[in-house]
Amino acid sequence: MVNLKINGREVEVPEGTTILEAAKKLNIKIPTLCHLDLHDIKFVNQSSSCRICVVEVEGKKNLQTACSTAVSEGMNIRTDSRRAVKARRTVLELLLSNHPKDCLVCAKNHDCELQKLSADLGIREVRYEGEMNDFPIDNSSLSIVRDPNKCILCKRCETMCNNVQTVHALSEIGRGFDTVIGTAFNLPMHESNCTFCGQCIAVCPTGALTEVNKISKVWKEINSDKVVVVQTAPAIRVALGEEFGMEPGTQVTGKMVSALKLLGFDKVYDTDFAADLTIMEEATELMHRLKHGGRLPILTSCCPGWVKFIEHNFQDMLDIPSTCKSPHEMFGTLAKTYLAEKMGHKPEDIIVVSVMPCVAKKYEAARPELGLGGTKAVDYVLTTRELAIMIKESGIDFANLQDEEFDNPLGESSGASVIFGATGGVIEAALRTAYEFMTGETLEDVEFHSLRGMDGIKEASVTINGEKINIAVCHGLGNARSILEKIQRGEANYHAIEIMACPGGCIGGGGQPYHHGDMSILKKRMQGIYNEDRGKAIRKSHENPMIKKIYEEYIGEPYGEKAHELLHTRYIPRKKM
Amino acid sequence: MEFKFDKEKNKENIEKFKKTVQTYKDTKGALIPVLQGAQEIFGYLPVEILQLISVELNIPISEIYGVATFYSQFSFIPKGENIISVCLGTACYVKGGQEILEEFENQLGIKAGDTTEDMKFSITSTRCVGDCSMAPVVLVNDDVYPRLKKDKVKEIILKYGGVAK
Repeated sequence: MVNLKINGREVEVPEGTTILEAAKKLNIKIPTLCHLDLHDIKFVNQSSSCRICVVEVEGKKNLQTACSTAVSEGMNIRTDSRRAVKARRTVLELLLSNHPKDCLVCAKNHDCELQKLSADLGIREVRYEGEMNDFPIDNSSLSIVRDPNKCILCKRCETMCNNVQTVHALSEIGRGFDTVIGTAFNLPMHESNCTFCGQCIAVCPTGALTEVNKISKVWKEINSDKVVVVQTAPAIRVALGEEFGMEPGTQVTGKMVSALKLLGFDKVYDTDFAADLTIMEEATELMHRLKHGGRLPILTSCCPGWVKFIEHNFQDMLDIPSTCKSPHEMFGTLAKTYLAEKMGHKPEDIIVVSVMPCVAKKYEAARPELGLGGTKAVDYVLTTRELAIMIKESGIDFANLQDEEFDNPLGESSGASVIFGATGGVIEAALRTAYEFMTGETLEDVEFHSLRGMDGIKEASVTINGEKINIAVCHGLGNARSILEKIQRGEANYHAIEIMACPGGCIGGGGQPYHHGDMSILKKRMQGIYNEDRGKAIRKSHENPMIKKIYEEYIGEPYGEKAHELLHTRYIPRKKM
Repeated sequence: MEFKFDKEKNKENIEKFKKTVQTYKDTKGALIPVLQGAQEIFGYLPVEILQLISVELNIPISEIYGVATFYSQFSFIPKGENIISVCLGTACYVKGGQEILEEFENQLGIKAGDTTEDMKFSITSTRCVGDCSMAPVVLVNDDVYPRLKKDKVKEIILKYGGVAK
């Protein structure tokens, strides 16, 4: 243990503790900007590049960065001296001197850490005037907008992209004032190996990385003659409330449906319905592979970021993910076939909007092989954040809305589909169905707790018909990479693996309300998901009456010919670069 | 402007470079010496060679690009047959080195750091070449042009088989 003094108060902390952590123990707040420590997902950004957290240490000539300086015995620190406070103001003013001042119309307005810091430090003028960067904005991709002019070079995105996700799309390029965080050869994001998981957006402190905004396009469709249907992903119903001051994890499903109806969507459906459908197909596919000696393990394929990751990095393994389309694509396909027929509309007269916790879904919706002969299965994808803006823009008092029910036939869902939103949920849902399909028995305890929680890689074995089925769950692409390499080396003996690109699964998606580094928010959302599951009368996908009906009326057999045509897809090898 | 890297023409060089990579492969901090080797053999860093380095050293291409753009010793543009180095050291600068550089740029239609489309000339600005009494100084390959006047620039370009404006 190390004893030291901060602002005249004594504190004892373990060796290796930083000044920042020691100060936190005394409830002394040192402002930070580049620093971000998300232990739970193995994300630690300690680049000490912004210099905002400087403090005075007795005996040291220069100010020290609190975020990266370890404490030592007898240290005497002042975080509140005039010198330290003035230095912080200078540092901030210098950062602001090369930062656009268009906060009022910036996508990060009210969610920007630089803006908040400027407010907290009471900056009223920027005394420094000089050259400003004028980099081109990269809006080539369908998911992420990169505006290097708003970048403060904190490297959080780089840490996320390289250390946590191991995607390696982003790197620090150039030198000095001309430094920019960008892609290899300054390629447009769309041509790079970016998976569009959007985790860079989730940690960016400023407006340098934001989602591609489709709000005005969706408004235009709502006000057109077309039939505009909307579907909502499992994970948004436990996060949307945060945008309206509610506790993270609050279940706002009913209010969300009401709000969507008020916004003017013609029909409000649930992606959860399609998640149940995914389970029917995926569980049957697993059984098919087990029975016919197909390639194992089977990997889930709901996550478009993860799919693009395997296409870039493991081209020799493209036959192991399930061929199932992701739930919202299954929904889009059925909306423009089954539903169109039922409603008596031409497919091109129906517009499908998905509200997703994800920015990769924006890119996925444009994948040509998921199209339906000239029209897209899903026309527009909005993030949870974009939906919140539409609700606010319309003046809807969200917190006081009455609950409403989803429309049918594509609105009914089981508890199994709800848990898709949290890491481990897809495989748990698949097990609930596969167990009963394979044994013909009823599964009494439907909760598989070993598959839940924030551990990066989770493993479990389930005995079905005397056969041991080995399951793995991983979230975060770095964990996915390590498990895929294990398979490549022939060291893994799994039958089925669930992979989600974002830490925590979809509840931690790149399109969710900003967590600002508070990981307890993800855990609360996760709890919300499991509470919603527990509250459902039907908790197994195959027991959803609407699912039974659609197979009888339209699709035929799960994993059958028509199912293949409508609900399955293929994967495309992409450049590793 | 895009310069195409001819793999067929560079076959021997690529083999030579692969040996350089092998020399450093298992040492810590291999990237910089390998990049220097590539720059020496090919005169610049072709995309194809950076991709090869990425595979051989198992370093992501984005990281390699980041390192290569940090140091001014690395170039992504091939060097021309003749390299014009205009000294911008203090003495040469005071004596009008900048104007000389601009004249070369105007005459050849490229900026310092670039290469002409016909691959005949590259222009670079250099720091002091140690010939201050002769300022302003220009080097073309190993030939020294002391006390150079702006109106002589065209003549020099023609001498090396170039086309001036």
